[in-house]
Amino acid sequence: MELREGVLKVGSPFLGVVNQRSGQVTQLCYHCHKCTAGCPVAFAMDYGPDRLLRMIQFGLKEQVLCSSDIWICASCETCGTRCPNEIDIARVMDALRQMAVEEGLPTKERNVPLFHNLFLSIVKRLGRMHEASLMGLYKPLSRDLFSDIPMGLKMILKGKIPLLPHRIKGNDEVEKIFERSG
Amino acid sequence: MRFSYYPGCSLQATAVEYDLSTRAVLQRLGVELIEIPDWNCCGASSAHSLNETLALALPARNLALAQREGVDLIVPCAACFNRLKTAEKVLREDPIKGEKIERVVGFKYEGGFEVRPPLDLIGNLIGMERLHSMVQRPLSGLRLVPYYGCLLVRPPEVVQFEDPENPQLLNRLLQALGAEPLEWSYATDCCGGSLALTRGDLAKILVTKLVSKAREAGAQAMVTACPLCQVNLEMRQEEMPIFYFTELTGLALGIDENWWGKHLIDPRPLLQTLGLTD
Repeated sequence: MELREGVLKVGSPFLGVVNQRSGQVTQLCYHCHKCTAGCPVAFAMDYGPDRLLRMIQFGLKEQVLCSSDIWICASCETCGTRCPNEIDIARVMDALRQMAVEEGLPTKERNVPLFHNLFLSIVKRLGRMHEASLMGLYKPLSRDLFSDIPMGLKMILKGKIPLLPHRIKGNDEVEKIFERSG
Repeated sequence: MRFSYYPGCSLQATAVEYDLSTRAVLQRLGVELIEIPDWNCCGASSAHSLNETLALALPARNLALAQREGVDLIVPCAACFNRLKTAEKVLREDPIKGEKIERVVGFKYEGGFEVRPPLDLIGNLIGMERLHSMVQRPLSGLRLVPYYGCLLVRPPEVVQFEDPENPQLLNRLLQALGAEPLEWSYATDCCGGSLALTRGDLAKILVTKLVSKAREAGAQAMVTACPLCQVNLEMRQEEMPIFYFTELTGLALGIDENWWGKHLIDPRPLLQTLGLTD
């Protein structure tokens, strides 16, 4: 982590917002490293969960919200389950993702939020997931057209990916839930 | 015994064999399932990544439908189970957020029913002894590692399942079926399922490790209770079949419905070697 020169103080406005949105007290972290030691994907992150918590404490908002970490986190909940200070770090990651999207910040992991957005757009339209529609949208938009295509065809042949979408009857209720959730 | 049932989207698509085997096994065990009418997607990982209110309200609509049935709700998909339990906890314990969710969905949470995974129903409510007494075809010689994954066991205060570091229900169930569950240290390690399509390279690394550790433990196959784990584990390797625990339960109970052909890695050669299927 590169910290710029100047005073670094624990207790930034950013920390306050992250705490409020995640419902967690992130300044309780004393960096025992247990979260990062158990994180299955820390090896692929820019910083790893405990350094990310330190950066939140220091108020390094842009670095945190633009990190690959928030999108690479697999939401496996191992970190929060083991945290001696009972910080549910997966909830912190959720809050950071939501803030990053709201602020329109760039990420090199653009395909992860793209996938989530497309997933939810289908649920909004149908009330349920439809894998064939999701893949039809995600593959070209992610610019990752060809990976896993043979596997997808195999699943279609096995009847595991229905080609026709099913819209639930109460889909207007689901659409209302989306509208009211903002 | 009567329960309501929320299959969730995966069980109608990539995990159709989990749905078929769960229904068949529960029927054999004397359980009547009522699928809650017109259920919707729980929002999965995508909703909680992007919008907290949506992530609680989508599963809450299903809780509202289940509440009308007035009996415990069975949820086989570990991811759906996790999201429904998360919404239930907020509705039960957080008056401010809970009220907001009720407003968004347009219902009043009254409770009076529990959300349960079928592993809990079979292992705890029906019980291993009763299950064992109904076994017609013991799974002798089948060496398996139980694989719980993440969402069934974590976070423990939400799912209220078992010891999140060392759950035992799946091991005990496999024993009751006459199979040989093996000890290994990776039963609750993540397979990367939520990154299966967006970062397949990472999922592949995690799956490769799990399968090699399963082999090291002496396993012929892995057993799971999560449709996201099962599809991710069978997509990213070619050697080891991944069973749903309900499929093996069905096999041991003498149910002859054939869901094996749905697998990406055909488990029939393994079962045939042991004389467990034709």
